[in-house]
Amino acid sequence: MSTATLDSKPTVPDEIPSFTATIIVRRFDPDKDAEPYWQDFDVVMYGTDRVLDALHKIKWEQDGSLSFRRSCAHGVCGSDAMRINGRNRLACKTLLKDLDISKPIYIEAIKGLPLEKDLIVDMDPFFESYKAINPFLISNTPSKDGKERKQSPVERARFDDTTKCILCAACTSSCPVFWTDGQYFGPAAIVNAHRFIFDSRDEGAQVRLDILNDKEGVWRCRTTFNCSEACPRGIQVTQAIAEVKQAVMRGRA
Amino acid sequence: MPDKTAGTLATTSRRAPVIKPPKRLVGTVYRGREGMWSWVLHRITGVAIYFFLLVHILDTSLVRLSPEAYNAVINTYKTPIMGLGETALVVAIGFHALNGLRIILIDFWSVGAKYQRLMFWIVIALWIVLLVGFVPRQFMHIFGAH
Repeated sequence: MSTATLDSKPTVPDEIPSFTATIIVRRFDPDKDAEPYWQDFDVVMYGTDRVLDALHKIKWEQDGSLSFRRSCAHGVCGSDAMRINGRNRLACKTLLKDLDISKPIYIEAIKGLPLEKDLIVDMDPFFESYKAINPFLISNTPSKDGKERKQSPVERARFDDTTKCILCAACTSSCPVFWTDGQYFGPAAIVNAHRFIFDSRDEGAQVRLDILNDKEGVWRCRTTFNCSEACPRGIQVTQAIAEVKQAVMRGRA
Repeated sequence: MPDKTAGTLATTSRRAPVIKPPKRLVGTVYRGREGMWSWVLHRITGVAIYFFLLVHILDTSLVRLSPEAYNAVINTYKTPIMGLGETALVVAIGFHALNGLRIILIDFWSVGAKYQRLMFWIVIALWIVLLVGFVPRQFMHIFGAH
């Protein structure tokens, strides 16, 4: 063991390099504004900062009226999905240095859901679709000896991708079909249906497939792949929807 | 010795692709990728082909009513403007047909969704090959003496 000497001290730069980022936020206050408008903010940020840090800095130091949702700030709760430079991203998972900081960064609310204030939208229609596909285990047979329902690793892997969903609505609000037809279930609801349809322990697949065979169900999907591109968890959403389509056609998962 | 630990791990991180900012519009246009734009083009060409078919069925059905009227209508089509219209029609049908095959593969081929982006560029390549073969010949018909 080495003794505590100071000669191999890690080199710390005198000043951590910073840059000025221009953030342009689409603001809307239903009490004052008839239409949303763009507002510019200049903030001094660091290479390790995320878009969420920039929004915090604006809210805490420049304009306290800026409204946005966030909770865990680490990509788990799914509260801060927003349109960053025209693409749906989680503000807490998007580093400023991965954006083009020589140009302004545009931030606006996700599209297709009713705008409430600034970056906050009404998520009720989104969660109604989610509830409609019965997102819980349906089983009519009691478990063996009253213990857990066992599953092989292969059976678990079948729906592993769709278990990752955090219900942030980045996929659903990136879908051109959902923008024009709010009745469409949307990618997130279908992803969560997929999670149970292909679960070997679940017996409610037929119920969900019947729900999704509706006019506003899986057949509304036009395979634009915006959802797969927007998903902050990397779920292959369009692939999952395609699998549900196949299951509907064959009448069984 | 703890001189090579967590600090060295950070240097191997890959740089995520830069998302460039959009033009400042009323609200930004969603910046979808190949999948979204192929869908937009598919929809535009589809609607255009629909209107062509509407007219096409009407003018072709004239031959049953009176062949003279049919000939009169068809003769009005032999102008450079209609020739350009025919070119646009082949351009639209070419994309719609090839991209339609891509969509069928996405829906029915098990790895179709995985290779959709590659398939889009194959569609564009085949489309260009098709047009390179067709457009010069068509322009010779329209503008050249024959």
